[in-house]
Amino acid sequence: MLLEVRGLTVSFRSRSGLVRAVDEVSFSVGEREILGLVGESGSGKSVTVLAVLGLIAGPNAVVEGSIRFRGEELVGASERTLRRLRGGAIAMIFQDPMTALTPVYSVGWQIIEQLRIHTDLSRRAARARAVELLDAVGIADPARTVDRFPHQLSGGMRQRAMIAMALSCNPALILADEPTTALDVTVQAQILDLILKLRAEFGTAVVLITHNLGVVAETADRVMVMYAGRIIESASTTALFADPWHPYAWGLLGSIPPLGGARLARLPSIPGLPPALARLPRGCAFAPRCRFRRESCRERPALAGADAHRAACVIAAEERGALRAEALPLLAAGG
Amino acid sequence: MSASDLLAAPPAGWDEPALPGEPAQGYWSSAFAKLRHDRSAIVCVLVLVAVVVACMAAPLYARYVLRGDPFQSNVSGTTMVGGKEVAVLQQATNGLGLGLTPIGPQWRFGPYMLGADSQGRDVAARLLYGGQNSLLIGGVATLICLTLAACTGLVAGFAGGVIDRIISIFLDVLWAFPIYLLAISLSIVLINESLHIGPITIGGNSLAVPMIIIGLVYVPYVARPVRGQVLSLRHSEFILAAEGIGASPVRILWREIFPNVFSTLVVFAPLMMALNILTEAALSFLSIGVQPPAASWGTIIHDGDGLIYTRPWVAIAPGIAIVITVLALNILGDSLRDALDPRAKVRLH
Amino acid sequence: MVSTILRRLAHMLFVMVGISALVFLIFFATPGTDPAARIAGRNATPATLAAVRHEFGLDRPLPVQYVLMMDHLFITQNLTSFVNRGEKIVPEIVEAAPVTLSLVLGAGVVWAAFGVLVGLLAAAFKDTVIDRALMVFSLIGVSMPVFWLGEVVNLVTQSRLHDTLLFSWVPTLGYVPLTQDPFGWFKALVLPWITLAVLYIGIYGRVLRANLVEALQEDYVRTARAKGLSARAVLIRHALRCSMISFVTLFGLDFGALVGGGALLTEVVFGLQGVGALTFHALEDLDLPMIMATVIYASFFVVISNAVVDILYAVFDPRVRAR
Repeated sequence: MLLEVRGLTVSFRSRSGLVRAVDEVSFSVGEREILGLVGESGSGKSVTVLAVLGLIAGPNAVVEGSIRFRGEELVGASERTLRRLRGGAIAMIFQDPMTALTPVYSVGWQIIEQLRIHTDLSRRAARARAVELLDAVGIADPARTVDRFPHQLSGGMRQRAMIAMALSCNPALILADEPTTALDVTVQAQILDLILKLRAEFGTAVVLITHNLGVVAETADRVMVMYAGRIIESASTTALFADPWHPYAWGLLGSIPPLGGARLARLPSIPGLPPALARLPRGCAFAPRCRFRRESCRERPALAGADAHRAACVIAAEERGALRAEALPLLAAGG
Repeated sequence: MSASDLLAAPPAGWDEPALPGEPAQGYWSSAFAKLRHDRSAIVCVLVLVAVVVACMAAPLYARYVLRGDPFQSNVSGTTMVGGKEVAVLQQATNGLGLGLTPIGPQWRFGPYMLGADSQGRDVAARLLYGGQNSLLIGGVATLICLTLAACTGLVAGFAGGVIDRIISIFLDVLWAFPIYLLAISLSIVLINESLHIGPITIGGNSLAVPMIIIGLVYVPYVARPVRGQVLSLRHSEFILAAEGIGASPVRILWREIFPNVFSTLVVFAPLMMALNILTEAALSFLSIGVQPPAASWGTIIHDGDGLIYTRPWVAIAPGIAIVITVLALNILGDSLRDALDPRAKVRLH
Repeated sequence: MVSTILRRLAHMLFVMVGISALVFLIFFATPGTDPAARIAGRNATPATLAAVRHEFGLDRPLPVQYVLMMDHLFITQNLTSFVNRGEKIVPEIVEAAPVTLSLVLGAGVVWAAFGVLVGLLAAAFKDTVIDRALMVFSLIGVSMPVFWLGEVVNLVTQSRLHDTLLFSWVPTLGYVPLTQDPFGWFKALVLPWITLAVLYIGIYGRVLRANLVEALQEDYVRTARAKGLSARAVLIRHALRCSMISFVTLFGLDFGALVGGGALLTEVVFGLQGVGALTFHALEDLDLPMIMATVIYASFFVVISNAVVDILYAVFDPRVRAR
């Protein structure tokens, strides 16, 4: 296993006590695997991947559990170890390329900076490599773009430059935090193609964070659905789309507008809002919004099932089909 | 059951558990609550109250402790030191023995506790009376400045167009003008002659002269941010929405824009007052602020300038009074800004 | 870029005209006594008054007076003081300028260096004792009248502790030309530099800390950390570099304001015969032509440095440069 996360819990001290942003999360990522991490904003997706890089720091953050990268423990690892991995073996791509690049330096400067931290390339060689990388991510005029400043590039170009920077030191794992959210739909597709190509050409594993199930369906091998800091379902992409177990996943799938069929009077959505992390219910966090809740939901359900497919829900396998048909008539009809 | 039934509200009994002790609060009351828990803000308010009370008590000190007039020169006066009668101005002991040295600080509560100045006047009494003038000028100048700035900023930001252009250019010119030079130019003209505006005559030695001058020179400091704020509010969605439902401009100005501008002014008030007290001191030090025989902290430092090596406390004492007052105002301003508007960028300068 | 500079220069000229007109109006058109009496100084004879009236065209309309005044100041440069007869004003200003420049340049170096240091330390140790202590000291620096601080410095170094090892090197007050004795120049100016810089160290330290704390919340800082940069490299190379934009702007404006007369109080207290002290002595003598001249010259310096700041801004911020 490339990355193995066990019982990861991230909490922040706040005025209303210790708030758990990530609660007992376990997962693993294999070589060349693309893992989709899905959930609404505030569900703990970003915090999870930031914790992997040890970027959740500060006096008010508490990180517990175990994160192993190629067997090396990262929770509590020295700043030196973490710095060697950051941008080296594990690279990160952020959501908004507008603000994620330092405005006062050229794109090339920022790629060269990263290269010179992790390799002993000369300035000239690093620059040549930066041009090469920009070319590899499909930037039209890499020799000129290398000297351009972030504000001079379009959103899609900036995201490509960001990816080129992430790729610069041949990472084994890329953590991509909503890499397409801020982009136009056509550009989104290009960036996703690029990510798939990376895996094919460089064998890079990817953790892809998104709130867009469409993105997951197109790229990920496996999907993890997070809700209020917990994993509530984890399955292969095909299994999740064909046979989702958790009512929250039903809600997510139900709120994708269908391309064919009769026009809906109203696009279905999940009622209510995700709970504030400071005031989570004791039992299942989704219960207050769930149509199928019952008394037993007041106890927190464990993530149960086989390795291939798990979910944290009290609904038994026997009744699942009927309830899901009620919530997701389209899926039941095979659409 | 159709998919849109997902929208049905969940039945009662499953509401999110609310945290106790978080009642909804208004803007001002929550800011006030924050300030009440800000220990440094409370200390500053207490310090300022103490300074004001002490200065207000100046006549009491003069009457019951000093038993003399701190505005009259007292060159041949005497005072009691350790039961003996001593001249307030003594023969200089250093150098050629020429000239007179005023009596030094006695460091006990009584006449001449901080010594006398070169005219034999009690420094402590002058410090308290001077404080009255410094605080008064600082306060009134702040009011003048904030009022003018609010008016120009509101008019420029709200009217826009040509009016905005003209006001902005005027503010630009005033902004580029070095503060002290502007104040000096105005003072030199106003102090040596009285100013006649219609039926009103302001004498050159009136406290109104430094008040007006100091109030005027800092107007761009406040007016420019106010104008910017009004402009951004003008184009904000909630104002556009208010216009959309037919609210009159007067109502928008009064109900939507003014409350926002007002909180900016409140944050500026202590910072401007601090700045104004420093400016008053500087002008008075240059003898173009408060005119003798009236005193202010700046004029006392000016008086102490000639005695700095022999009787340094004449100059040091008012300086300490200024530092304490201005420091308290600045800290209070910081606290107010944190409480009222964490994102406001009020530059202290 | 070129059009930006041209527009900037036009604006600068405009503000200069505005300022000179304002000064002119203050001295010549404030309601009160006859401007001739103002210009001629105390106890002027009727003959002097008549000469002044003629020279400044006081019997002619205001715009003509303004033009005449500007002509005296900039073209013929023969504006003379009526208090110290026959003394030409422009050469005096030229003579005093190096003193002011020496004072402000040195102080600028001191305050820029220490301002950055204070801001960086406070931001790096945010919410610790170091941060709080630095911010309290900065606020105290901001709250002190500079002339008072100067007097206290003089008291300590010239009198009370002058005979101790610590301050026996301090020369008597006054300026030593750099060309004459570089070390003497330094010794004469080091205390005035520090005194003048204290206020600005306070301001700049506070402003920079606030900017840095804000910058450290930015996405690009997170990116820089995810690249494997050390905390120090992130702070200096990314956060500080981005905060420098507003720092440099502020610096230029304050520098200009100080050269243009803001250093007056420091000059007076330390007996430095700079442009500010010139204004001060003119003030004591009520030498109006002198005051007018220094004020206008000084204001122009401020306006020019504002323009320089805008151009520097473009150098520091690629986003502006592109426009």
